[in-house]
Amino acid sequence: MLKLEKRPQPSKAWVWLAPVVAVIATMIAGGALFALLGKDPLVAIRTIFWDPLFSEFAFFYRPQLLVKGAPLILIAIGLSLGFRAGIWNIGAEGQYIVGALTGAGVGLMFYPMEGWFIFPLMVMAGALGGWAWATIPAVLKVKFGTNEILVSLMLVYVAEQLLASMSLGLMKNPEGFGFPGSRNLQQYPSAHNAELIAGSGMHWGVVAALIAVIFAYVMLTRHILGFHIRLTGEAPRAARFAGVNPARLVLICLGLAGALAGLAGMFEVSGPAGRVSIDFNVGYGFTAIIVAFLGRLHPLGIALAGLLMALTYIGGEIAQSRLGLPAAAIQMFQGMLLFFLLAVDVMTNYRLRLTWREVA
Amino acid sequence: MTAPVLSIHGLTKAYPGVVANSDVSFDVRQGEVHALLGENGAGKSTLVKMIYGLVKPDHGSMTFQGTPYAPAEPRAARAAGVAMVFQHFSLFDALNVAENVALGMEDPPRLADLAGRIREVSETYGLPLDPFRTVGDLSAGERQRVEIIRCLLQDPRLLIMDEPTSVLTPQEVEILFQTLRKLTAEGVAILYISHKLEEIRALCDTATILRLGKKVATCTPADTTARQLAEMMVGTVLHTPERSGRALGDVALELSELSVRSPSAFGCSLKGVSLAVRQGEVLGLGGVAGNGQDELLGALSGELRSAPDMVRMHGTPVGALGPMERRRIGLLCAPEERLGHAAAPDMSLTENAMLTGSLREGLERRGFLDWTKAKGFAEAIIARFDVRTPGPGNAARSLSGGNLQKFVIGREVMQRPEVLVVNQPTWGVDASAAAAIRQALLDLAAGGTAVVVISQDLDELMEISDRFGALNEGRLSRIRPTSELNIEEIGLMMGGAHDMEVAHV
Repeated sequence: MLKLEKRPQPSKAWVWLAPVVAVIATMIAGGALFALLGKDPLVAIRTIFWDPLFSEFAFFYRPQLLVKGAPLILIAIGLSLGFRAGIWNIGAEGQYIVGALTGAGVGLMFYPMEGWFIFPLMVMAGALGGWAWATIPAVLKVKFGTNEILVSLMLVYVAEQLLASMSLGLMKNPEGFGFPGSRNLQQYPSAHNAELIAGSGMHWGVVAALIAVIFAYVMLTRHILGFHIRLTGEAPRAARFAGVNPARLVLICLGLAGALAGLAGMFEVSGPAGRVSIDFNVGYGFTAIIVAFLGRLHPLGIALAGLLMALTYIGGEIAQSRLGLPAAAIQMFQGMLLFFLLAVDVMTNYRLRLTWREVA
Repeated sequence: MTAPVLSIHGLTKAYPGVVANSDVSFDVRQGEVHALLGENGAGKSTLVKMIYGLVKPDHGSMTFQGTPYAPAEPRAARAAGVAMVFQHFSLFDALNVAENVALGMEDPPRLADLAGRIREVSETYGLPLDPFRTVGDLSAGERQRVEIIRCLLQDPRLLIMDEPTSVLTPQEVEILFQTLRKLTAEGVAILYISHKLEEIRALCDTATILRLGKKVATCTPADTTARQLAEMMVGTVLHTPERSGRALGDVALELSELSVRSPSAFGCSLKGVSLAVRQGEVLGLGGVAGNGQDELLGALSGELRSAPDMVRMHGTPVGALGPMERRRIGLLCAPEERLGHAAAPDMSLTENAMLTGSLREGLERRGFLDWTKAKGFAEAIIARFDVRTPGPGNAARSLSGGNLQKFVIGREVMQRPEVLVVNQPTWGVDASAAAAIRQALLDLAAGGTAVVVISQDLDELMEISDRFGALNEGRLSRIRPTSELNIEEIGLMMGGAHDMEVAHV
């Protein structure tokens, strides 16, 4: 019979092998699912993973990879710091919305004035907005011992109401013929987060994501703060013994995650989305949780996982329109990815052993 | 010579990677107390688990009272007449004594009848115990009585006891011994696991010594010196720690009326603890586990804060400082729990060296970490304290308890502390490693460090400390020079509030 046996120490090979095996298992199980739906599994898998990158229309899809990947990576990097320390911020979606609102708000405030300083101010406002929204659960946790999972999650719904109120009220375009939604920031050069190289999908948010990956990598491997974050996650009591102040760490981790999510929202509203509208948020804040774990909470892994997730989004859309696959099947496919990762993850700390003898 | 109650022939049990027992044979005779001696990992636990039906042997056989005996599960062992008192109690705090006993029975009688039987047994064997008291209010010694009485109600022919005295004061140990003698007089055989050698010499008729899963010898403990027993256990010649005469310096650490609330609901708050330790002095603090030891270590390490004046280093108030600031001024600590408190289990030894060494070893500059230097520090600890591991890249949890203990004590010792506080420095550590750790502590004191050793091992405290005090329910007894104390006085100091009376029968 099969038996799981704890490894004396975590296997280094499996840490990197697990995501690869998970992706392969997802392809197999997903293929079976598509076959049951009456589609050719090979075509479906190729449509999702291959066509966005290498088909004849790839020039159109490739920039989308960066546009969709950047916010996922930016948010997931922030989340991963907290997750490593056992601080569970589930409300990145709300922080993303609030960052977009504060960022766009500053931009709209200056309309129609032009100036080089407007965009940097919007960046700062976006980060601050996200930070402030995430600091609410942090302060409540530190002061009153509330559960940050619940508070941060519930604040998502508050942020959604705030978003609706803003797009119908304060930030509504006065020249918009009564339609909900703000002015289009794409048509306001000083506030527009334009592509840095035309047609590449590369905007400031992509640059910010890249910086965040490097910053997080250096912090986790070379800096005492990163060491304390890892220590707190692995052995909270040992962390306190080492001198980590748990309350301070909660404020830092939630604050950083909020600021990065806010930045992602701000870059999105001023770039690809263009304006504040009721349906501005599309779930990046939640998908980023999957991205963070798929990337093993490691900055480089998150960068790869973010791109992979963006790929399944784009490929999923193509599969929906071209093969007529239901949206739910695509979502299930994405869910399988996390499911298989968590399952294969067992191999990092355990090994399989075949035993023929009856175990007493 | 009486007939053997239990005979073991060639018992062997292998786990993946280790042979826990290899071809072990011996007899336990009727009416004797038979000691099972050995270091941690020598295979004592596996052996008794096989006898109690928890583990199935790979080879070998047992006979119990003349008939072949191969219990498939503990229930079968109990039915045959084997009972066991475990080291860790399995009692429900919220229930009373009789209810707890009833829970362990296959077919419990009415509670009132059971209470009567509990009273009867407890009086017969000198173990006073009120069946209707709530277990949560009982002392460790009294809880053990519940476990013993639970076993005695089964009327066993063989009673297995796993390290029964580790939670008892010397007076409580004496009561226990009287009970055990009474049982043996009735013909019950007792298999007694311990690594306290003096205790075994005082109590046991025969001793079987295990080393690395094999039987080394069976001897009569009363005719063997403790040193000989220890050397048989370890397989090498032991060195007694040497203490050189040393002059004491100024007061390095001073506690005045230190009171700290325990962060845990089941912890023990400190109440007005005062003491002073001089440079070059070793202060030993004894006491039964759970009487404020963890809280005292926390209050000294900075994990628990107090009013600034309650803790002073060289006269400077430090009670409100955190662990890092305390390390900066030379107050270092090594907690009892190795995995999860002193060290992070899944992190490498290099990372664990960073854990407390970052500041004093200069492994960190402006927040940035120097991993090369940290690795060097870890390697230095491994070399000097003879830590057995393939290298500093290995996870802390891959080390055996004793080796990890050498590492975490070594980590603090190597940082040249002004004051070093250790809690249970040799708990679960084999005899030769324990001797090495004690020697390191004495050397440190000889170099002018003030050392505070919190321990439940009285022999250890007598061996290395200059002065001795005992913690009881969060209070500290008067501190007295070790040289003028005997074990009995120490027991009284430890006993404090929960002295146990012996029933007069």
